[in-house]
Amino acid sequence: MVTGIIGRKVGMTQIFDPDGTVHPATVIKAGPCVVVQAKAAPTDGYEAVQLGLVEERPAKLGKPMAGHYKKAGVPPTRVRREVKVAAGGEAPKVGEQVLASIFANGERVDVVGTGRGKGFQGVVRRHHFGGGAATHGSMFHRAPGSIGASSFPSRVVKGMRMAGRMGGKRVTIHNLKVLRVDPDNHLLIVEGGIPGAPTGYVIIRKAITAKKLKVAQVEKPKKGKK
Amino acid sequence: MSAIDLVEKTQLAARPAMKSGDTVRVHVKVREGDKERIQIFEGVVIGMHRGGTRASFTVRKVSFGQGVERIFPLHSPIIQKVEVMRSAKVRRAKLYYLRELKGKAARMKDVAKTKQ
Repeated sequence: MVTGIIGRKVGMTQIFDPDGTVHPATVIKAGPCVVVQAKAAPTDGYEAVQLGLVEERPAKLGKPMAGHYKKAGVPPTRVRREVKVAAGGEAPKVGEQVLASIFANGERVDVVGTGRGKGFQGVVRRHHFGGGAATHGSMFHRAPGSIGASSFPSRVVKGMRMAGRMGGKRVTIHNLKVLRVDPDNHLLIVEGGIPGAPTGYVIIRKAITAKKLKVAQVEKPKKGKK
Repeated sequence: MSAIDLVEKTQLAARPAMKSGDTVRVHVKVREGDKERIQIFEGVVIGMHRGGTRASFTVRKVSFGQGVERIFPLHSPIIQKVEVMRSAKVRRAKLYYLRELKGKAARMKDVAKTKQ
């Protein structure tokens, strides 16, 4: 069974519960997807499928990629992503469709996307440095401060947090709740925000660290006499 | 129709045309334990905030000499219905100036009703 799907962020809105509770919600246009390549343990070492997102805009491909689609016998797609295949159940075949209906209401999912680029940012914004006092004669405001000792080690240690490009990287948000699935319109509504700007491509997969249901523990009967 | 509209369409509740200056009776469902009853909040609409399912409106009333304002999500399922009692002639979209006025000064002229 395929555990994920490719989607596009549409935007945010809110959803009411019958008791009036409001949930912030992100609408994702999820799928329809086709299996472009099925990876199997004997040949590839692991079980996965390469999905292609079927869109209205035609894909422009070079010859090697066009051959890849020709081999699969599916029309070319602009985006391909790989998702894992859960053990058990029928192995997905090339050309098979994957729809939003693989998810159910109330299920937990992870959403993987590219976060919004924030540009070149200083250490206060990028690494949450405290910064200095704004007033009272303080001459130290948002600078990073010392980045190491002097003659020993005579260099800056690797991984020192400094100013630089922020955002625009792959971001995963875990355990988002699926509020609604609309298979007819290929829509998936999850609670809360997801990475990236509207129209950004995301992968929605079943939560890998889904919280276990809490079961009330039975109190052990006390031993011995009272 | 965009996908967001498609989602929001299912959330919209039937509400009367309201605007700032209207006196409304909002029938709110209140849960007390297992029982549910209807509470009425009557006052003047001092502002509407549009925007699909996110629309809301603010109702102000003076209760025992104390001004009370309540912001309702327009399409919230806890609102059973909204009745428009009167409409006043106002020249602002947001009637926040009413907060500073009391008694006679806070009165408003009714809109002359054109053919009903």
